[in-house]
Amino acid sequence: MSACALRVFLQRAAVTRKAAQQTFSQTRAFPQCVTGSYTHSKGINTLTNSLRAEEKVTVHFLNRDGKRISVKALTGESLLDIVVNNDLDIDGFGACEGTLACSTCHLIFEEAVYKKLGPISDEEMDMLDLAYGLTDTSRLGCQVCLRKDLDGMILRVPDVISDARVDSEKESSTAPPKV
Amino acid sequence: WKEEDGVGVLGRELYLKSLGIHNGKRRVRGLSSSSSPRVCIVGGGPAGFYTAQQLLKARQNAAVDIYERLPVPFGLVRFGVAPDHPEVKNVINTFTQTAQHERCSFHGNVNVGKDVTIDELRQAYHAVVLSYGAEGNRSMGIPGEDLPGVFSAKDFVGWYNGLPSNKELHPDLSFETAVILGQGNVALDVARILLAPVEMLKETDITQNALEALAGSKVRRVLIVGRRGPLQIACTIKELREMVNLPNTRADMLPADFEGIAEALKDLPRPRKRLTELMMKAVKEGGDDKAEKCCGFRFFRSPVEVLAGADGKRATGIRLALNKLEGSGESARAEVTGQLEDVDCGLIISSIGYKSIPIDPAVPFDPRRAIVPNEMGRVQDTAGLYCSGWVKRGPTGVIATTMNDSFDTAHVLIQDMEAGKLDLSVNKPGAQAITALLQTRGVRTVLFSQWEKINAEEEKRGKSQGKAREKLLDVDEMLKIAWS
Repeated sequence: MSACALRVFLQRAAVTRKAAQQTFSQTRAFPQCVTGSYTHSKGINTLTNSLRAEEKVTVHFLNRDGKRISVKALTGESLLDIVVNNDLDIDGFGACEGTLACSTCHLIFEEAVYKKLGPISDEEMDMLDLAYGLTDTSRLGCQVCLRKDLDGMILRVPDVISDARVDSEKESSTAPPKV
Repeated sequence: WKEEDGVGVLGRELYLKSLGIHNGKRRVRGLSSSSSPRVCIVGGGPAGFYTAQQLLKARQNAAVDIYERLPVPFGLVRFGVAPDHPEVKNVINTFTQTAQHERCSFHGNVNVGKDVTIDELRQAYHAVVLSYGAEGNRSMGIPGEDLPGVFSAKDFVGWYNGLPSNKELHPDLSFETAVILGQGNVALDVARILLAPVEMLKETDITQNALEALAGSKVRRVLIVGRRGPLQIACTIKELREMVNLPNTRADMLPADFEGIAEALKDLPRPRKRLTELMMKAVKEGGDDKAEKCCGFRFFRSPVEVLAGADGKRATGIRLALNKLEGSGESARAEVTGQLEDVDCGLIISSIGYKSIPIDPAVPFDPRRAIVPNEMGRVQDTAGLYCSGWVKRGPTGVIATTMNDSFDTAHVLIQDMEAGKLDLSVNKPGAQAITALLQTRGVRTVLFSQWEKINAEEEKRGKSQGKAREKLLDVDEMLKIAWS
């Protein structure tokens, strides 16, 4: 098990909203990069001391308004964690709080970067299938953890069905109407 | 009224600018102390909260009040999302943050249209947003639909999710076969709740009476019927996968329904392709023969009559008409063939869509589409009135769809404020006036902090049962705890 797995867990524990009673989502979906299981939560305190030093990496988000947001983040953090921890202004990002129950953390990767990412699970693909503007280099941000070799990557925040003139027939041609 | 040109005292300039009025001519009714835009939202579900969220963010001086008929907030997130999908309910955290925002207030136990009219709200606020969703359901329109044993999915879901108006549903679960009409995610939720092992449900927030009824249920076979084919099925893959993986349940499909499907696979977009492949896998593999329960889809079938037993007292079966498909893809249509098929069953659940209803005679309503007619969220011919969510678009889409739609309406409203289409120079009293008016009518509201007492009580009761919460089913009991 890697210190990264622990890091991700600690990061998740540290995700707090500003002025809210935070109740933890019941089943946190750990991304593929986390090789450990939930049992790694035990003995955290003793292991914290032996964590490798986290590495800082730069990530660029290309927002829907065309603006680029650059942040420094720690390896091991998921891309959803980065958005939340840095309070980035991306409307509606991460509605289900990283539990693979929505597709609002949908991000589009550069092709070369996409190929370097870990494998995608059926569960992630199931939710990704519902994302508007799905591309061949799309992933859910809550399932991708930052690594050193992803330093400098540019992530595009896809448009959502935000034009109310688009009626349901024109909604994503890849997704069936659903409730 | 005084009209001034663009040059004025600096202080007044700033005041007017803060109202978003930038044109040369201004109407001034003296300097009022409060110039913040006040917006009223009707409906405390996802649409209401997401609209509020965006308004609060986009205008730093906007005050938003959310009115909700029930004492409890969150709408379908609380009463629609299946108990075994708790992660989907995480959005409640962000809604809670919004409700606790200093410029937002929640008012439960207010029946808009009855306790207070839309016109009264429009007088008290600069803008009113209708986000009251779809509380009705589409009926099948067939004989026997009102027989005991036939339920709308809306009511069945409301029953296991603790909607107060469905607490006396008492569905009879002593029959072996249940037939669900409709193949969307709601239909799959109902099937899954009917067939899931009780162990899977007993720690969720499903109501205790539903849990006990399901524990004693004799339902072993559920058929989910759709009028078109496998390529038109409306559910999504996550829900289908959950059905396929359901313990002690095997698939009961008709290979004949899947003729020609394999050939069509290669041309399908990825999401539809994966969904279809998963269904075909279920057809091929069938599942564990030792499984005690089974679940299957039946395609190309439309309900034409609910059959009653010899005494005519309750449903004992359903008559289905067999269809053929004209056209292909999402726009394929079902055409009758004249052939009929009868299925014995004791529980029939119609899951063919929710439906909005009119709230107030002052609000235009389109009865054919069952929505409030609007252009991008602006209610037709009615300045200052907007809509978001299902009442605006129709009852389809997941929470994220409603989220984006609500953001759209908020943007349009803000645009109108900034373009001077809403007269923000007039001071509006907001909740103060409405609460006072309600008081004269004997209506007392439930504040968000009072909902939190209900919330704490539900969690407390749940804890003693090993459940996430035990929902209160009775509105009077909710009010008693809220106002204690």
